[in-house]
Amino acid sequence: MSTGQKSKPRLIVNSENKPYWEGAARGQLLIKKCNDCGKVHYYPRSICPHCFADNTAFVEASGDGVIYSYSVTRQAKPPYVIAYVTIDEGVSMLTNIVDCDVEKVHIGQRVKVSFVEAEEGYALPVFTPA
Amino acid sequence: MSIKGKAYIAGIYEHPSRKALDKTLPQLHAEIAKGVLEDAGLTKDDVDGYFCAGDAPGLGPINMIEYLGLNNVRHMDSTETGGSSYIVHVNHAAQAIAAGHCSVALITLAGRPVADAKEGKSARFYSPDAPDLPFEMPYRFNVVNMYAMCAMRHMHEYGTTSEQLAWIKVAASHHAQHNEHAKLRDVVTVEDVVNSPMIADPLHRMDCCVVTDGGGGLLVVSPEVAKSLKRPLVKVLGAGEAPKHLAGGDVDLTYSGACWSGPKAFEEAGVKPTDIKYASIYDSFTITVLETLEDLGFCEKGKGGAFVSDGNLISGVGKLPFNTDGGGLCNNHPGNRGGMTKVIEAARQIRGEAHPKVQVPNCDIALAHGTGGLLGARMGSATLILGSEAA
Repeated sequence: MSTGQKSKPRLIVNSENKPYWEGAARGQLLIKKCNDCGKVHYYPRSICPHCFADNTAFVEASGDGVIYSYSVTRQAKPPYVIAYVTIDEGVSMLTNIVDCDVEKVHIGQRVKVSFVEAEEGYALPVFTPA
Repeated sequence: MSIKGKAYIAGIYEHPSRKALDKTLPQLHAEIAKGVLEDAGLTKDDVDGYFCAGDAPGLGPINMIEYLGLNNVRHMDSTETGGSSYIVHVNHAAQAIAAGHCSVALITLAGRPVADAKEGKSARFYSPDAPDLPFEMPYRFNVVNMYAMCAMRHMHEYGTTSEQLAWIKVAASHHAQHNEHAKLRDVVTVEDVVNSPMIADPLHRMDCCVVTDGGGGLLVVSPEVAKSLKRPLVKVLGAGEAPKHLAGGDVDLTYSGACWSGPKAFEEAGVKPTDIKYASIYDSFTITVLETLEDLGFCEKGKGGAFVSDGNLISGVGKLPFNTDGGGLCNNHPGNRGGMTKVIEAARQIRGEAHPKVQVPNCDIALAHGTGGLLGARMGSATLILGSEAA
């Protein structure tokens, strides 16, 4: 599995997002859920952007979703697919669609999460056709 | 407190450079400040308010006020909303003037991305502490593929076509042919646009704005100052500003913050979209224009493709003349920030000083709209409505 980049992606890891990247390294897609209002959000924050409670926790997402929109960056060699995927939990995330025929990617396509090795032992969630 | 009629745009200046290898960034700001003061017929000692955004070096106003030698500033503002900043600045300047905080507000923008690239300087990038960046940068997002996803989704939901988007570039090119400073002056066709290389599906090279150096400036003044000058009066009628964001993962790329900034500006001005004789619409990409026109109410949501087709945006041909300087698509996009030039051309139209081939007859009400950040995603929209003294 690769994003098509020559080297492993280097991630921006900080104290607030570190559990997310550690989860990805274990093969888990994590999103944040607020224990006060019960809503999920992405990207993960310590304070809930819906109700502002500081009672959020990482939960594992199913990893299944659907392409909301995408684009093929043609000037890159090889071209790559950037997309917003709406996962079944209801939030949309920016990602890449990998291991796919770039000419066949389409809005509404079912996809599932996969993980690309990143630097320092972390991993980056990406999606492939389901 | 309404700003309607409380402030006027008394000075405008667009730097002629499109490639400023021989000028520093502060120097461009200074040449612009000089140009805009000369246009208004005022001096630097008259300036008591100064506005700049993230393109200004150092601590913005702090460094620039010293460099420019401004000695009478009593109001400063460095609001940064990307390319829309300068339209927000006009709103804030008008508010400050209405509140008595200043009476002559100078706004400057300058940039030299072309020269910087030539000199090996890396592109300006926002802070790695931005909370969204860790979750976006690894996927190799860039400004083209992010706007491309807006276009892709708009096409999916509303049946918008590449040919319809191309009409926006075609209209801009018809105007740019008359602008001696425009970077691209050749008139292009729909076929030229859709046959230009694909950059990020579905956006072709000609769906994208130019990258240029240069900049521009504005002088926003009190009614008393405006009426003491010899220039045609350009009155601020209304303004609106609005952020739009991804709301914790609730993504909808088919509309922009113009949905909120537009109605506020129209309400304050007391006018409707059908009253607008000329519109400067931020045109980083063709899709930026299409979504904005819908969101401002120039046509129904989803009908932007039909609205822009068949030359409807060409001055003298269509119902809504837009970007008569050639806009970002053909003229310039100084420092990758197009908001300033949108206000400048709208003010020229109200003054009757646009190129005669593109001047809108009896242009008494004009609109300028800016888009900062990423369309439909994480962005700042700003709308400004200007009028003649009679408006």
